[in-house]
Amino acid sequence: MPCPRFIDNWLPVDQHMKENATSSVLDELPGELLIWVLIVSELLVFGAGLAAFMAVRLTDPVGFAEAQSHLHGTAAALNTIVLVSSGYLAARALRLRNAARRTAERFCLVAAAALGVVFLAIKGIEYADKASLGITYETHPFFTFYYLLTGFHAAHVVAGVLILLLIAWFDEPRNIEAGAAFWHMVDLVWVLLFPVIYLLA
Amino acid sequence: MKYQSQKIALIYFAVAMGLFLIQVSGGLLAGWIYVQPNTLSELVPFNIIRMLHTNSLIVWLLLGFFGAAYFLIPEEAEREIHSEKLAYLQLAILVLGTLGVVVTYLFNLFEGNWLLGKEGREFLEQPKWVKAGIVVAALIFLYNVTMTVLKGKKTAITNILLLGLWGLALLFLFSFYNPENLALDKMYWWYVVHLWVEGVWELIMASILAYLMLKLTGVDREVVEKWLYVIVAAALFSGILGTGHHYYWIGTPGYWQWIGSIFSSLEVIPFFAMMAFAFVMVWKGRRDHPNKAALLWSLGCATLAFFGAGVWGFLHTLHGVNYYTHGTQITAAHGHLAFYGAYVCLNLAIFTYAMPILRNRDPYNQVLNMASFWLMSSGMVFMTFVLTFAGTIQTHLQRVLGDYFMDVQDQLSLFYWMRFGSGVVVVLGAILFIYSISVPRKELIEPGQVSEVPAE
Ligand code: HEM
Ligand code: HEM
Ligand SMILES: [Fe+2]
Repeated sequence: MPCPRFIDNWLPVDQHMKENATSSVLDELPGELLIWVLIVSELLVFGAGLAAFMAVRLTDPVGFAEAQSHLHGTAAALNTIVLVSSGYLAARALRLRNAARRTAERFCLVAAAALGVVFLAIKGIEYADKASLGITYETHPFFTFYYLLTGFHAAHVVAGVLILLLIAWFDEPRNIEAGAAFWHMVDLVWVLLFPVIYLLA
Repeated sequence: MKYQSQKIALIYFAVAMGLFLIQVSGGLLAGWIYVQPNTLSELVPFNIIRMLHTNSLIVWLLLGFFGAAYFLIPEEAEREIHSEKLAYLQLAILVLGTLGVVVTYLFNLFEGNWLLGKEGREFLEQPKWVKAGIVVAALIFLYNVTMTVLKGKKTAITNILLLGLWGLALLFLFSFYNPENLALDKMYWWYVVHLWVEGVWELIMASILAYLMLKLTGVDREVVEKWLYVIVAAALFSGILGTGHHYYWIGTPGYWQWIGSIFSSLEVIPFFAMMAFAFVMVWKGRRDHPNKAALLWSLGCATLAFFGAGVWGFLHTLHGVNYYTHGTQITAAHGHLAFYGAYVCLNLAIFTYAMPILRNRDPYNQVLNMASFWLMSSGMVFMTFVLTFAGTIQTHLQRVLGDYFMDVQDQLSLFYWMRFGSGVVVVLGAILFIYSISVPRKELIEPGQVSEVPAE
């Protein structure tokens, strides 16, 4: 991920008051800064969610293991591959854009978004499967966390797909950078959720 | 005063301060009834006095926000307010509504009437016709300030302020929905109450604080704006789903316990950021502004908001804790310090800053004003400690041991006496504040000799 460049002017420096009279405020929104605020906040939320999950599991290891056995490990593993590939494509798009190869870059972004949709489809099959077994968020605390964490994550995938399509359209390098950073975060969160929820015995 | 129409703020502030005095006196009376329960019990029962106390709080804080907007928007947008007449009409509607509320509370002439009667809803206790009046007034206000900003210069401060004020008005619309089902009623009630104080009001707070910092410390606008955006992003990110901390035990699904606990814990961050912001700006600032009292109130606001909302909020926001403390004196302790630190101090800060400018004179009575800060704040902090102790004991006796509510209340009477004592100090502080703001110091210097630069 690109290193945040916004750290420099947090503290007042001795300059004249800069008045920004004409340009629109949207232009001045520190987009990169806000994306990083968002990413850190998201990581805090998912981190706290996972920590709570592990803490509650300590109170009922047997019940949690039993509940976990109903999950679709293979589907989730497949989804990991899908999402990581998608992340790779997004990273490639940025390099292509910097090399001014815009068609290839757009192709990569749309393909990354398409993989996001594949992820959601697989997730959907998983949820439908749980529903057909009569499993809901109230069945067991394990499933409360399962639905909360993967559901929140899936919502971010939806947002990420939209963002990828948006930056394929408005493909300024700084847009791609911000969008790809968000997508890598979604990726990273899945890579944390997957082992803890599906694998850890 | 650079713009003539900033003058509108003067009367808003004056009415707000009048209601402020009524509010704290009402609190004092409620605190007295706690220790002498027969006081006025036939004439004006406790619940009515409590309503007066909390609702006048909301009304005067809103009037202060409106006044602050009328004061700072012309300066930021670099043009006069769109229409002064509308601004005064708005105030007239709000004052009429407030009088209507008071009459309805005290005489209860229209019990049960859909349009004219009470609804029994804390903080949102107005008859429907007054609610409608509030909406009309808010629309007039939003039209007026939005037109001003649209035609003038747009700054981050005015944009965030407008976002907060629009959100405030739109969320108020939920107060019209009052379903029969009490759990549902509560669910929507929090859309207003929580999303106000832990959502859009925070935007208002951040933007007014940013304005004050800009003026008082002279730091670069660019730096102020960067902080402002981060604070606002953090506030909205945590505050919206943080509503879940009120959905633990009202019949809403169990997953709210986790959503509420996690997101509301993050609500501490924007309050911490506002405190850090205020101190960093002062530390780095270059301007030695003559209005020291305004600076004191601004710093006090950021600090006490962090403790009242951030620390005291976090204290009982995890559902494992809230299971025991829900609705005890711990809640009252938090409610008092949070409202006082974040929104009362914010208003008093902008009053202190703006009043000398509006009245075109030097910031007189600085020492008195600062003394009122220390009086009021130490009163509120002491009250918070007292209620926290009372709440801890109450939680243990009532929720852990299972003693009866009223038996426990009897055992807390010493704390309620101390709360009353600290309330007296707060009311004295409020009177001193209003005195120091409104009464000019005797002129010591001959008019011709005044050499001080007038405040900005
Ligand atoms: C500016 C200062 C004050 C603010 C911002 C404030 C705010 C509030 C709020 C928000 C509530 C509702 C609390 C809840 O729902 O849990 C409340 C209730 C109350 N306040 Fe204040 N208040 C202030 C001053 C005072 C003073 C000076 C007293 C005097 C002792 C006082 C006594 C009370 C009492 C007795 C209640 C009712 C508590 C109950 O029902 O158990 N307040 N106040
Ligand atoms: C300036 C901001 C805030 C204000 C003015 C405020 C005010 C209040 C008030 C008046 C109540 C009582 C409502 C009622 O039941 O009548 C309340 C409840 C509560 N507040 Fe805040 N609050 C603020 C920020 C926060 C923050 C940041 C947190 C969490 C970190 C928090 C956590 C809570 C919780 C958990 C309750 C429910 C208490 C219960 O279960 O009885 N508040 N707040
Ligand atoms: Fe809340």
